[in-house]
Amino acid sequence: MELLQRNYFELLGLPTQFEIDLTLLDQHYRKLQSEVHPDRFVTASANERMQSMQVATQANEAYQALKNTTARARYLLELNGIETLEESNTAMPADFLMLQMEWREAIDDANGAKNVSALDALLLEIKQMAKSLSQNLSGQFAEKAYVEASESVRKLSFIDKISADINRAIEQLEN
Amino acid sequence: MALLQIAEPGMSAAPHQHKLAIGIDLGTTNSLVATVQSGMSTVLQDEHGHSLLPSVVRYLEDGSVRVGHAAQSAQTADPKNTISSVKRFMGRGINDIPDTTHIPYAFRDTGVGMVQIETRAGIKSPVEISAEILRTLKTRAEKALGGELTGAVITVPAYFDDAQRQATKDAARLSGLTVLRLLNEPTAAAVAYGLDNASEGVYVIYDLGGGTFDVSILRLSKGIFEVLATNGDSALGGDDFDHRIFCWILSEAGLPPLSQEDTRLLLTKAREVKEWLSENAEAQITSVLSTDKLINVKLTAEKLVELTQTLVTKTLNPTRKALRDAGLSIEEIKGVVMVGGATRMPQIRQAVAEFFKQEPLTNLDPDKVVALGAAIQANVLAGNRSDDDLLLLDVIPLSLGLETMGGLVERVIPRNATLPVARAQDFTTFKDGQTAMSIHVVQGERELVSDCRSLAKFELRGIPPMAAGAARIRVTFQVDADGLLSVTAREQSSGVVADIVVKPSYGLTEDEITNMLKSSFGSAEQDKQARALREAIVDAERLIEAINAALAQDGNLLSPSEKSAIEAQVQALITTSQGSDKDSIIQAVESLNHATENFAGRRMDASVKQAFAGQDLNKLEI
Repeated sequence: MELLQRNYFELLGLPTQFEIDLTLLDQHYRKLQSEVHPDRFVTASANERMQSMQVATQANEAYQALKNTTARARYLLELNGIETLEESNTAMPADFLMLQMEWREAIDDANGAKNVSALDALLLEIKQMAKSLSQNLSGQFAEKAYVEASESVRKLSFIDKISADINRAIEQLEN
Repeated sequence: MALLQIAEPGMSAAPHQHKLAIGIDLGTTNSLVATVQSGMSTVLQDEHGHSLLPSVVRYLEDGSVRVGHAAQSAQTADPKNTISSVKRFMGRGINDIPDTTHIPYAFRDTGVGMVQIETRAGIKSPVEISAEILRTLKTRAEKALGGELTGAVITVPAYFDDAQRQATKDAARLSGLTVLRLLNEPTAAAVAYGLDNASEGVYVIYDLGGGTFDVSILRLSKGIFEVLATNGDSALGGDDFDHRIFCWILSEAGLPPLSQEDTRLLLTKAREVKEWLSENAEAQITSVLSTDKLINVKLTAEKLVELTQTLVTKTLNPTRKALRDAGLSIEEIKGVVMVGGATRMPQIRQAVAEFFKQEPLTNLDPDKVVALGAAIQANVLAGNRSDDDLLLLDVIPLSLGLETMGGLVERVIPRNATLPVARAQDFTTFKDGQTAMSIHVVQGERELVSDCRSLAKFELRGIPPMAAGAARIRVTFQVDADGLLSVTAREQSSGVVADIVVKPSYGLTEDEITNMLKSSFGSAEQDKQARALREAIVDAERLIEAINAALAQDGNLLSPSEKSAIEAQVQALITTSQGSDKDSIIQAVESLNHATENFAGRRMDASVKQAFAGQDLNKLEI
């Protein structure tokens, strides 16, 4: 199947680049699923049912990878032969490391004080940071500055992790 | 001269080709069957005009089985052999049932696996009991529609895990139904509601049934129903409200532990009282027990609210979690749809209205809406709608993970991932010449294996012997559109596919199902043979039909020689399936499947190409 050879951008009918039209992504994803989803092949042959599941699975994976900024940047770097090595490469600039520690302390303090609104405020602050990092990515990809883009992805990936931790803390406090 | 056929949009131009497809709501308390007739989804009634079939199964002394009202009315007299709310036991072990002392059945403690119940008809699995309910609905549908059914969509709570879903599918198989799809109940309700109201936007479905609670958040847009998040509690429902009332009666009347008959009697009373208090301010409960003890107590609606307050609150936590998973705030919710008989209780409606700061939508019958939606989906899946613009994109409710060192869980597929979804994971051997390994799959959100639900142990065999650490075994976890998991494994360097032996933790093995199938179809060897042959022929006919349709539609994607090769195979299968050799029919089916693999791929490529090309044209027009 030619469809399974395509990269995620091609599969969803979008140009292979960092800046994408998210509305178009939504529209194309739905259009693609309307064609390939297993619900369209319930009475088809076993072959078609199997292939429909493969393409629909791939479409879901592609959609998730492109919808999220960090994942999209990571995937685009991968297509350019660059691994972001988020697990092994933890070297970060000193100012970002300081920021990390401040955030961790703020989480601990808010947790200790059972202060949900402080956690909410922190989440907002971190989101702002993520936003400016994403904006940086846009320029980095335009200039093919992949080393810098890799570092942005590692930072964003850290931010995603800490956001998840904050959400979990809020959930626990609310329970 | 050919006459032009005029058809309503959405209706088949050729009525004789209309496939009979049904939607089944297999509920804890009641079950229903619906179908789409003349473009309208309708609940089918039994010969007495009842829509609801009580989900109660009674095994009688003469060996026969009663399902529904007849069984329900014997509940008090014959509690041990009259099973209700069996859905609560699907895919569940004895330790999962919170309070067996108030359930009047003779549970068989097997130690491991799904619970079993001893009845006078022998030991019964919840799967077999559920199959009796499905069989009754199947018969009802066949009578009403006057023909053989193409298949059924069966609904399950969105929060059902893999074991509970598999048990439901097994029950359908035992009852002789072809399952087109397992559909999540709230999604089914959304289909019935959304199509009725042509709604767009984000909706919450709050579904409190007899034994399960589900909350799903969906985005409705141009016929596409996209589930954004789902949560729930698969052991919380209207039954628990009955139980609270029951316990209150016990303490209010100062009763000692009761016999099974009296327990059943008072539970039934409790349910009646609960329903009465949805419309009235107070209820007088009078009953004479088998000990001649007279019970006469008064319960007010106010007191009922107090008794059940914690249950109502318990539904709001999953609701909050689903909102958070969907990344939405209450202000972004356009409407809240109430589903399930238990949502008739005023305290539920009030709590939901307060939480979402808007009145919930109750204009569809909460008992019927799930079955109606399932029927609409069944109609689409069977291929009856030509303008098939309805598409459901559902999610997996609970994360899937693997057991790692120290009893920890490594997450493989996160909850709320859109189905179908797959993840591949690489493993290696840790001993020289190792040819087998075991993978334990669990479902749940906790970090410890012991806090999650064990689904199955997959044993991989036939790994080529190599030095320790040299083998690279890629295991792929695929969850299909029914939300069911399958596992495949391949050694990467040699390409050898490992055999997988599945030991479901709370499910039935293939052998057990085969045995149940055999016993339900009589024991004569001849019958079995005839049935196996019939199944093979049906399979062959389906394939021939599918391939012929594909050839008619997309034959131009094949070269003349490719086309005639496939046609020859089709012809060969037609000839073979007129004979009585089951094995050669199965072989011919396989060979035709193999011959059309490339064709299937090309069709898929072409349909996507066309869909996107169409869009570009639209753009040009603007």
